[in-house]
Amino acid sequence: MPIYEPGRRVAIIAGVRTPFAKAGTTLRALSAIELGKIAVSELVHRTDLDPKSLDLLVFGTVLPSVIAPNIAREIALMPLLPKGVDAFSVSRACASANQAITDAADQIALGHVEVAIAGGAESLTNVPILHSRGFSDALIAASKAKSLGQRVQAFGKIRGKDFIPITPAIAEPTTGESMGQSAEKMAKLNNISREAQDRLALASHLNAAKGTADGRLTAEIAAVSLPPKFESAMTSDNGIRSDTTFEALSALKPVFDKRYGTVTAGNASPLTDGAGAVLLMREDVAKARGYKALAYIRGYAYAALDPGEQLLQAPVLAAPLALKRAGLTLEDMDLVEMHEAFAAQVLSNLAGFESQHWAERAGLSKPLGAVDRTKLNVMGGSVSIGHPFGATGARITTTLVNELARRGGQYGLMTVCAAGGLGFSMVVERA
Amino acid sequence: MSNALTLEMVDGIAVLTFDLPGESVNKFSPAVINEFTAMIERLDKDASVKAAVLISGKKGTFIAGADIDQFLEFKSAKDAQTASAFGHTMMTRIEKGRVPVVVAIEGACLGGGLEFALACAYRVAADTPKTVLALPEVQLGLIPGAGGTQRLPRRIGLQAALDMILTGKNVRAKKALQAGLIDELVHPNILKTIAIQRAKELASGALARNRDVRKHGAKEILLDDNLIGRAVVFRQAREMTQKKSKGQYPALFAAIDAIAAGYSGSIEQGFAEEARLFGEMSMTPVCKQLMFLFYATTSLKRDSGVAAGVKARPVDRIAVLGTGFMGAGIAAITVPQGVPVRFKDTAADRVAKGVAAVREVLKDRLTKRQITRQQFDDQVGLVSGTTEYTGFGRVPLVIEAVFEDLGVKHKVMAETEAVLAEDAIFATNTSTIPITKIAAGSKRPANVIGMHFFSPVHKMPLLEVIVTAHTAPEVAATVVEFGRRIGKTVIVVNDAPGFYVNRILAPYVNEAGLLLDAGVAIDAIDKAMSQFGFPVGPINLIDEVGLDIAGKSGGIMAEAFGARMTPSTALTRVLIAGRLGRKGKQGFYTYDEKGKRGDVDESVYQLYDGGTKRTTVAKEEIQRRLSLAMVNEAARCLEEGIIKSPRDGDIGAVFGIGFPPFRGGPFRHMDTVGISEVVKQLEALNAQYPGRFAPAAVLVEMARAGRTFYPATGKPV
Repeated sequence: MPIYEPGRRVAIIAGVRTPFAKAGTTLRALSAIELGKIAVSELVHRTDLDPKSLDLLVFGTVLPSVIAPNIAREIALMPLLPKGVDAFSVSRACASANQAITDAADQIALGHVEVAIAGGAESLTNVPILHSRGFSDALIAASKAKSLGQRVQAFGKIRGKDFIPITPAIAEPTTGESMGQSAEKMAKLNNISREAQDRLALASHLNAAKGTADGRLTAEIAAVSLPPKFESAMTSDNGIRSDTTFEALSALKPVFDKRYGTVTAGNASPLTDGAGAVLLMREDVAKARGYKALAYIRGYAYAALDPGEQLLQAPVLAAPLALKRAGLTLEDMDLVEMHEAFAAQVLSNLAGFESQHWAERAGLSKPLGAVDRTKLNVMGGSVSIGHPFGATGARITTTLVNELARRGGQYGLMTVCAAGGLGFSMVVERA
Repeated sequence: MSNALTLEMVDGIAVLTFDLPGESVNKFSPAVINEFTAMIERLDKDASVKAAVLISGKKGTFIAGADIDQFLEFKSAKDAQTASAFGHTMMTRIEKGRVPVVVAIEGACLGGGLEFALACAYRVAADTPKTVLALPEVQLGLIPGAGGTQRLPRRIGLQAALDMILTGKNVRAKKALQAGLIDELVHPNILKTIAIQRAKELASGALARNRDVRKHGAKEILLDDNLIGRAVVFRQAREMTQKKSKGQYPALFAAIDAIAAGYSGSIEQGFAEEARLFGEMSMTPVCKQLMFLFYATTSLKRDSGVAAGVKARPVDRIAVLGTGFMGAGIAAITVPQGVPVRFKDTAADRVAKGVAAVREVLKDRLTKRQITRQQFDDQVGLVSGTTEYTGFGRVPLVIEAVFEDLGVKHKVMAETEAVLAEDAIFATNTSTIPITKIAAGSKRPANVIGMHFFSPVHKMPLLEVIVTAHTAPEVAATVVEFGRRIGKTVIVVNDAPGFYVNRILAPYVNEAGLLLDAGVAIDAIDKAMSQFGFPVGPINLIDEVGLDIAGKSGGIMAEAFGARMTPSTALTRVLIAGRLGRKGKQGFYTYDEKGKRGDVDESVYQLYDGGTKRTTVAKEEIQRRLSLAMVNEAARCLEEGIIKSPRDGDIGAVFGIGFPPFRGGPFRHMDTVGISEVVKQLEALNAQYPGRFAPAAVLVEMARAGRTFYPATGKPV
């Protein structure tokens, strides 16, 4: 049974994101919630959306605020939107915004809602920093203390090491392996050379620089007034380097394996702050309200594998499933957007698409095939633009549907790898 | 006797509901006072009544105060004094009666309403935004006349009472609790229950009547609670009042005197002095003019200025073109109403600066704790911006505040109309260009209207709405309603150069320039007009407005009205010299780095033939020339149908340019001076300065017929 009945498909109307800024730079004073509000507000304005028509807001984030963990609800409570807009938050590591989008799309397909905004936000500047277990225990004991003596006693149990706070590491809780180490391992397992990685990183920067210069990328961006004075506006991403060269990238030292490694700061995505959101509507509702869709969701899939194996290789399992659900093949695709956590991961994923071994694991008789590199990440990717975990899926979706419409292509494929050995893939069809 | 009170017995507690028939709010008239007195006497005699509760039957107000219509009946100070004493008797009756009374306050508790509450034994208030308490009598040129000057300082202390009485400001429920003005603050749903409970406690003696909840901190002990401290407080209050009011508002001093009387003698002596001063104040011209302004604004609130039955359209978001000082000001007063504002300007940084300016205005409210952090964030979040007209498709109202140039205005109008919905309103915030000229560039002139805001927008109360011959009534009604929603006093005027406010300002400012030409000193002119009652003198005003804008406006006015508005050499030369006024930190006055005004910039005189050698002209002569130039022009505006009524003209002048409120406005001022006298003076001046002072035809006609703009007795409007 098709999920998307004719006339009742899920339409992607538009997408807007904040500029992406390297963590600790221009957007450092803004929380993920504030960034999310900027993206959603601008999306509502640009699409001339009647806020009363909005049914649902779904938002993804990876490191939620401890004080306001339901980011979607906090965003939905901005005064621009009616308080009756339902909202919930999702978490699927780097594919969190994708999860938000597919959840919203599912609700539309089910007929539960007609108009939804989905996206994600992340401030990797503002990560929650926690007290140690020992210190937390003491605080809780002290709060329960009935006398001054008990209170003093509670704090008396604290040891020197308890004062060291805990910061979230970008590492797998089960394996203890960091993202970078995983990428390094994948490069070795899939024979990805340093040169190939640097070439991919270079292409990412040059494509993004071109998209910025000709306005295709900046058209997707909501200007952000910059604190503390708010007197100037940030209108483009600050990690894209139009002047970088292959030589410059080659000169960088590997970070995770200093002797034999190939993963550098130049061919990995940087820690980034930003948010993005897309407007989804049921096809007939969009038509009735005078909205022109950019694209329709044709099919999507999630997949998982052992994070101890190849942490970021699950897109290779998700993509065939998404294509199958869409009733299409890789050759049908006019554009491919692949999230670039690391150049090594992109190249491993691409190699996986061509491998018989991965084909069989995905339940295919023969490999998916080779991706035409001229159709891949044509406006740059996470290595150059940056990667605010929760927001990236919204950026990729927006860019894919906009560029597909611009080029007049028919179908687009996107993939996103995510921590925990998770992978996502979606096929969209131009409207 | 009125029929305002209903009695319900609950466990020996008499619950009185005050619900004045046929009125939207509760107020005290002599009939109501009689009914209250009779009721309290009846309850006192009825042994089954242990205590009483008074609650309002009106939503949103407890008691709005005295019915001020009765004040119009006072023929003499004695009449008013008697009325005050009558109020005192009732209040004292309540205070000293056998039955203790608890007031349950929800909504506005003003003037006589608060004085009543203070005479009761216990005050419970509902915690709602509408619950505010105030003694606003001084705003009508009066003093509290039902014991307020005596009971308030005894309740909340001298300093706090002086502040409330001399400003007349609203005190919100939470603040009132902190100050001790009320005894308890509760959720509105349990207001009555708690009031009854407290009444029972008062009856049983568990709770003392009017227990002392006043603060007794170091500050109070030092200043409020001893003779020498109070002497200091009174002296400071008098000095401050003199400085702020320039001595033009006698009620402020009368209020201080009445309060002081209660400290130097018994409370009864205080009441007597309060009644005497209340009587005296009621007969002052200031009181009569302020009462007039009260009636005029009340009447304006009921009159949208558009034909009856024309419905305003809802405005759920607006767009503002141009993010300069005016545009930002408009946005800053719009977002607190929950209405999103979409900015459009030419560059992202300009948009950002506009948002930053909105932030500044709202930050000020945050600092003053008028809004919470959350409200601040929410309100700032309602401002967004574009450089490409995105987000205009659903906007019902666009306010244009771009550079004052017809070409620029036509260009942005064409760009905007291309993206707007068919029925969207295009309002232009020009201060000089006739709306008809702007509308000439529109595809949909019926949707074009003028919204003349005054600078700084968030502080100036007036909005002048200008309709052209083509403006659709529905468009006007929508804009008027929106203007009121954002807190403005709105007058609707017909289109003509300068509209109304700038039109009457032009000959006034020009006359000041001509005095400069004649060799009078800058500060002599400003001082004279400031003493006349204007907030700032005319030359100072030019500095504030900016010489470029004043010059542009002057040019347009001269073009339209010829000789009588030909700009003076004095103003032209300063403008040519490149002095812009405050914004350029160089004008007729000196300005420091932060833009703070200093003394007259003597170097300006180098631009004049006389140099620094200035001639002297009598203050009265300056005042006569400038004020008559203005009021005569106002009369012309009425004659030409630019304003619909003297009322609109008076409100426009008082709220738009600070025409002295104690003079009521240009038309009230002419009525007061006498129209024949005005005509006589104008004719005399016209003989001296031919062409500038020819009296308006309407004045000559009225003088001949012996008519006035307003009725001499009864309600003025």
